[in-house]
Amino acid sequence: MPFGLTGESLIEANAVYVLVAREFKKFIREKSRLISTLARPLIWLFLVGGGMSRLVSPGMGVMGVSYMQFIFPGILGMTILFSSIFSSISIIWDKEFGLMKEILVAPVSRLSIVIGKALSGTIVSVIQAIIILGLFPFLGLRLGIFSIIETILVSTLLSFCIASLGIVIATFYESFESFSVIMNFVVMPMFFLSGAMYPVKMLPDILKVLTRLNPFTYGIDALKHTVFGGMGIFDFPLLVDVGVMVFLSVIFVLIAGVLFERKK
Amino acid sequence: MPIITVENLVKRFGNITAVNDISFEVEEGSIFGFLGPNGAGKTTTISILCTLLSPTSGRAFISGYDCLSEPSAVRKSIGIVFQDSTLDKELTAYENLMFHAYLYDVKRDERKQRIEDALHFVDLYERRYDLVKKFSGGMKRRLEVARGFIHRPKVLFLDEPTLGLDPQTRANLWEFIVDLPRKHRMTIFMTTHYMEEAEVCDRIAIIDAGKIITVGTPDELKKTVGGDVIYIRTKDNRKAKTEIAKLFQVDVSEKDSELFLTSVKGDACIPEIIRAMGETVVSVRLQRPTLNDVFLKLTGREIRSEDVSSSDNVKDAVRSYRRKFDRG
Repeated sequence: MPFGLTGESLIEANAVYVLVAREFKKFIREKSRLISTLARPLIWLFLVGGGMSRLVSPGMGVMGVSYMQFIFPGILGMTILFSSIFSSISIIWDKEFGLMKEILVAPVSRLSIVIGKALSGTIVSVIQAIIILGLFPFLGLRLGIFSIIETILVSTLLSFCIASLGIVIATFYESFESFSVIMNFVVMPMFFLSGAMYPVKMLPDILKVLTRLNPFTYGIDALKHTVFGGMGIFDFPLLVDVGVMVFLSVIFVLIAGVLFERKK
Repeated sequence: MPIITVENLVKRFGNITAVNDISFEVEEGSIFGFLGPNGAGKTTTISILCTLLSPTSGRAFISGYDCLSEPSAVRKSIGIVFQDSTLDKELTAYENLMFHAYLYDVKRDERKQRIEDALHFVDLYERRYDLVKKFSGGMKRRLEVARGFIHRPKVLFLDEPTLGLDPQTRANLWEFIVDLPRKHRMTIFMTTHYMEEAEVCDRIAIIDAGKIITVGTPDELKKTVGGDVIYIRTKDNRKAKTEIAKLFQVDVSEKDSELFLTSVKGDACIPEIIRAMGETVVSVRLQRPTLNDVFLKLTGREIRSEDVSSSDNVKDAVRSYRRKFDRG
């Protein structure tokens, strides 16, 4: 049967729970991991953002926000992108060091494993996104409680979407040597072709097309909606962003479920 | 009814045939051993039985369930200790077992008890809150064996369970393992390339280059190489030689001033010889054939002096095949 479904249950709550609990426990235990993953967005926000804001003409022709404020949703997205991808890519690590075999011989549907892993990445990403989101007063942004909740919800959806994409990527690799390949050819292009650092409108046409094919673009756009509210700093309607992310999440999870079937 | 049935199983990776048309059965509650050199096809067979790999052709059943079409039922019936450790080194011993208990949906009110029992069983209870990365190789293996039967599988697979362990640790681990069929009515399917370890099995299949060469109890297999050898030293070897030959109707040879003869039941022969020869006997010793002798006779090679590079070739071929065709 497809997706390793047992005919008994589609998703085993026990398995999903324990996969998420394992990731969470390890996340809490490895303080250094938390610090190093939070360092990256902070460096980008204050060093790159601070440096670039002198180059970028004030107001950027739109919207009356400073460059540092403009990239804030992008930096939130960056936190999510890296954290979710890395969490999923840890599957390759588990494959190399064996734990994945223990999971794969367990009597749980492959779909449960994929969803468990995707939610593991989600919870870890959202925690970090919330920490970064807490910086908004220092950037002179004013967010109401409603915007904060909205931002967290969008972050959750984006985290799940990226984490499930990460699982699809992880199924193609057997060893951790591929790590830098994924970094250079997947993660970095996704980040730069998303409108995180500059408005998509300003890009040349060919790059504009690529941005539209990038799932991460819609997450960044949704975060711009929730952070800047009605200021008009976005490229697509919020509903389109959310719709694309939900759609892609389902597709990625299903693909990963099929790819997790036994080897030929 | 046998608990494991394998019929004409074949597995090819590209043009390499790792498992070449093997068939066998394993009785419930027994210890079944798969004995052969590295690269013989042992791990591939286990991977197919454990539903991790699909066969090229042939069928396999565990507890009546088809390994190919009913993977979930098969997975519920089995536990497995892989060749390489599959523990999460960043979790404690207790957490690793709890992780397993959840994955196998062990009932909430039984989880704690079973985990504690298992930890006692392998003598790791005192270390239960230590991270696994602090464990020695032997402790990790014991923990994995403990984990393998938390969900009370019908069949426990052990793929080279003592690989890389020192002799003392190996002996300890075997004490735990041979207890399992008796204590938990479990069937054990193990692979090994250590001849001594295969002696604990009720039945052994000797596998080489993807084919099963022979199946039988350790004693049956040893008999195929001609039984025991008795060495006798006497005060007058020439006289003893003719007397023993006449008495037992066997050929007696002499080597290094020792007489030797082969016999199916060497241990029962010795008293008779001593009785017949009386005071002239200086020393008697008995040498029983090992499974290594069996392997040597059947394949013309020692099991451990096998061409290492050729087995590595198989592994490399499998790996590159995976890279090309495999998406898992």
